[in-house]
Amino acid sequence: MEIAVTNLTKTFGSLRANDRLSLRFASGKIHGVLGENGAGKSTLMKLVSGFLQPDAGQLEFDGQPVRLRGPGDALGAGVGMVHQDPLDVPGFTALENLLCAAPRRAFPSRAMARTTLTTMAQRLGFTLAPDTPVGAMTVGQRQQLEIVRLLACGARTLILDEPTTGITAAQAQALFEALRQLAADGNTVLFVSHKLDEVAALCDTVSVLRTGQLVGEQLPMPQPQQRLLELMFGERIVQTSGQALLLAGVTVNEPPGVPVVHPGQDERSSEASPTTPLVWQLEQVTAREGMVRLRNVDLRIPQGRVIGLAGLDGSGQQLLLRLLAGRLHPDSGRILVNGVDMTRARTRTYREAGIEYLPADRMRDGIVGALSLTDHFALLQPAGITVDRQVAVQAARDAIAAYEIKATPITPLIALSGGNQQRAMLALVPDACRGLACEQPTRGLDVASAQGIWQRLQARCATGCSVVFASADLDELMAYSDEILVFFAGEMSALLPRATLTGARLAELIGGVGFERSAP
Amino acid sequence: MNQLAIDLGAVLAAASPLIFATMGALLSERSGVINLSLDGTIMLGAMGGFTVALVTSSVPLGFGAAALIGAAIALILCILSLTLGQSQTAVGFVLALLGIELSSFLGAPVVRVPGPSVPFLPIPLLADLPIVGVIFFRHNLLIYLSFLLVPFIWWMLFHTRMGLTVRALGERPAAAFARGVPVTRMRYLMCILGGALVGIAGAAYSLDLRQGWSYRHTFGMGWIALAIVIFGGWRPWRVAFGCYLFAALEIVALRSQRTMAGVPTQVFQVAPFVLMILVLALVNLVSSPQALRRIASLPPILRGPVAMLVSRLAVAAPAALGQRFERP
Amino acid sequence: MQIQDAGGQLTSRTTYRLADLADYLARLVLPFLGALVLTTVVLLTVDVAPLDAYRILLFGAFSTPIRFGDMVMLASPLILCAGGLTLTFAAGLYNLGIEGQVVLGAIAAMIPLRLFPDLPPPLLWMISFAFGAAGGMIWALLAASLRLGAGVNEIFAGLGLNFLASGIALYLILGPWRREGSASSSGTALLPRELWLPTVGSLRLAPLAPIIALVSLVIVWWVLSRMRWGLEVRAVGLNGAAADRLGVPAVKRMAQAMAGCGLLAGLAGTLQVLGVFHQLIPNISSGVGLIGLLVVLLVLARPIWVLPVAVVFATFTVGSVQLPLTLGIDSSIAGVLQGALVLAALVSRGLMQRRRRA
Repeated sequence: MEIAVTNLTKTFGSLRANDRLSLRFASGKIHGVLGENGAGKSTLMKLVSGFLQPDAGQLEFDGQPVRLRGPGDALGAGVGMVHQDPLDVPGFTALENLLCAAPRRAFPSRAMARTTLTTMAQRLGFTLAPDTPVGAMTVGQRQQLEIVRLLACGARTLILDEPTTGITAAQAQALFEALRQLAADGNTVLFVSHKLDEVAALCDTVSVLRTGQLVGEQLPMPQPQQRLLELMFGERIVQTSGQALLLAGVTVNEPPGVPVVHPGQDERSSEASPTTPLVWQLEQVTAREGMVRLRNVDLRIPQGRVIGLAGLDGSGQQLLLRLLAGRLHPDSGRILVNGVDMTRARTRTYREAGIEYLPADRMRDGIVGALSLTDHFALLQPAGITVDRQVAVQAARDAIAAYEIKATPITPLIALSGGNQQRAMLALVPDACRGLACEQPTRGLDVASAQGIWQRLQARCATGCSVVFASADLDELMAYSDEILVFFAGEMSALLPRATLTGARLAELIGGVGFERSAP
Repeated sequence: MNQLAIDLGAVLAAASPLIFATMGALLSERSGVINLSLDGTIMLGAMGGFTVALVTSSVPLGFGAAALIGAAIALILCILSLTLGQSQTAVGFVLALLGIELSSFLGAPVVRVPGPSVPFLPIPLLADLPIVGVIFFRHNLLIYLSFLLVPFIWWMLFHTRMGLTVRALGERPAAAFARGVPVTRMRYLMCILGGALVGIAGAAYSLDLRQGWSYRHTFGMGWIALAIVIFGGWRPWRVAFGCYLFAALEIVALRSQRTMAGVPTQVFQVAPFVLMILVLALVNLVSSPQALRRIASLPPILRGPVAMLVSRLAVAAPAALGQRFERP
Repeated sequence: MQIQDAGGQLTSRTTYRLADLADYLARLVLPFLGALVLTTVVLLTVDVAPLDAYRILLFGAFSTPIRFGDMVMLASPLILCAGGLTLTFAAGLYNLGIEGQVVLGAIAAMIPLRLFPDLPPPLLWMISFAFGAAGGMIWALLAASLRLGAGVNEIFAGLGLNFLASGIALYLILGPWRREGSASSSGTALLPRELWLPTVGSLRLAPLAPIIALVSLVIVWWVLSRMRWGLEVRAVGLNGAAADRLGVPAVKRMAQAMAGCGLLAGLAGTLQVLGVFHQLIPNISSGVGLIGLLVVLLVLARPIWVLPVAVVFATFTVGSVQLPLTLGIDSSIAGVLQGALVLAALVSRGLMQRRRRA
């Protein structure tokens, strides 16, 4: 089916996420939608699939104007969207998920739903068993299930939002094959990504968004990479180097053999000198949490290093971070912090030893949203009967200045934007910090905010603090890590010096390719 | 033997109001809304149902009125929590107290006034069966309905598409929304239907089990019903088992009162409540992360069965229970 | 809602103030209007002139010195309970077990009175208050350990313990502590007169009760707004995981907040024994714990507002006692009015938030 939008506008507060967009997606083709983080791609897709409603503008499916009151309307009209985190019910089996709130005409009976599931999965080359609980599936399988569900419910246009994050290379290949087949059958596919190589490999046309506006409309593929980058980043591309692109979070196919210059680590060598004191030392550590377990981990992290943890979500990175921060105790083995055995020590002892933990979900377990920066600094004051508000206000002022946080000392932190919250959380890390374990430190931030965060983190490293961070973003891992640990299904690689890796090699490792060889 | 059968029959009868109340709460909680007003709803349902039955001399009308009262209280809860965004706990608690006080105030004229009740209705032929007849078939229509309600709710939740939708609302409302389900409206519906069942539970006391009305006639039953839903892990059959267990405890307490004359009556009246909470604590304790870790370190022969037992005993609440859903 | 810059806030400050004032008035007036409407409807259904009923509810407590004394003696334990509940509310806990904590406080307060009746009364009172506080605290800690140790929701743990507490009280009244002669479920024998808290003239008003209540409330206010402990408790209540990450021992603070609440509830129970009933009766708490919960839901855990609201609630309850005699209606209309107030406050709060978002 053909999808057309005219003058589509959507604002969030003062932010114009989509600014008078007019576009037409022809049927039977795969359309790429490119743009950096925050360019408005997701907003546009949510408007088309009924999750959001436009402030102004017109939406047409096959030439008919439509008004979508919700995703149900969109699906009824034949448009379905697969979200980055598939919207399924973890407690249900694959079959129940398929049946849940599906129109009766799609599946007249449970038995027919079962048949539909197996036949469609087979045709698209997916591996889905009807009775597996969704909670036990990989993200890739859940995505496949969503695709099957949407098609079975009558979708003739599929929207996929960054579908290749969090799935294996093999699953991505299967997905691409299936999408090509669907397009060949006459369906329309909208493929949202910020990865140029994927768009190049898959799409027939590409449209580019920048700060909510359309800057490239329905360009036929292939396009020169340089041109797409210019459209995505505008004037900034003038100062292009591999470095700037990496910082901006774009995957560029690196010419083989050309070493990429990385910022902020020219003088530090990848090889740790044996005399540098260790922040963390893990000896034969075995631990488990839920389904994930790590076995016999040996790890030495000296001062002043940045260690990136790569791998699919839930491969053990979070487990390691929680071990390092003392939030989880190992089943066996020893953990030493600054040379002291802290294997069974309490979280508090870890904090006193200068170990800090920055969780991914800021509002859930990072900061107290209803309290202000002043209150937070008051909480960090050394124990006493009363709090010294004067000192706390001063500390908050200093932090606001030093970290460029847009807030007053008494603004509740919940009123801040994501980047400001993240900087506030970082500002609250005491100066005496020796080791910082962060989950996804720049998730959900725009490019400038992410760069700001990394400047602060690197400043801390310069004073001898070590940073261990997990990230789903390969480019972030490649740009900032001294060494990288790759996780795959509960296995952990040795510390791989970044200089020995390329983005492509890292992607392979994350997907498990050749993992056995590099693992100790 | 015959005495035992009579006792079992009495347990089934005594549990019938609890069955209505817990199934109502279950419906509401499975869709993600916790209705903490149960105690007030049951009380007001009992008072209102009895008064209407007394005035109109019609027991069915009494039940109808009780169901309407329960639905109305649930509606208020929904407006305040789902639409106006107030805490479900706070609103439910206030409604519970308000319901109790209202029942005392409005019910004052009918205190200890004799009134109509549900007529005894032994089922022909079946009632004459030895033992089985005594246990199951010498009751009234209300109790037979309570027998049917549990399988019906179970079938509805786990074997219909409606049930899939309801459970999705309680587990992940965003997924339901993505499938075109009007999340808030469906939650209203489930909570109101559940509230109506809870109201009927009130009338089941005043028109059947404890005929008549008196000051705080059903005191505490709402709270115990809520506890039983947790105890039953939000699964209809286990919740029903919890209701029968509680009723059996009440009857045992009455019995031992006769044999242990030195201990005052009131002690036996509170015993089932206390036992219920203790069982709840025990179940939670067994399923705590520490306990699970200890199980994991058991020798392999023991680990399997123990882990299975624990996973059977302890069930997590619906993931989105008590949380508000805001559409993007 | 994102704050773009600090300057923008400063320039529009005056308009904010006006809007704040309107908000503030609406938040005060709307609950009263709502409650009045609801209660009036209820009164009309039983064919009573609402104005007569309101006159008695509002001014009945001030009609004679005796009634005023009764009001103060009800407001005092109510303030203690509501003050304690501000602590647990700040920690994010619904301490529905407060009724049991009052009862256990009363029972514990009876122990020294029965054991050493010959001690000089002032010393005995002090011991009795200490016992009462300890009793309430132990009961609260029991609920806390069920919640924090066994993961039983504090609402149900508290309710179970309420039932248990009333069971214990009944057992004592009918068993070991029964009156000389025949046991009666109406209560234990009255305490000797010299053990009653001293009163003003012939009134039932014991000045010590409001003094203890007010001092406790001031302490609660100081603790929550000035002490580090109070800030930590609030942080735990707002976001336990984050507070824990920032180094606050969350579990400990929750347990301590419960203990503090139990302590104050125990004092309330002791007041009920020494100053109000002068014996142990089954319904020794007379519902002050639950009314305290309503008070706290109404004032949103701001200790300063506890005093006026508790006094108003106590006025309603004491005034309502005359209703059955003068108007022939049940006194529980006071409870209806109190509940309606909180319900209407929740409605107006919800409407405000909705308007602000729009």
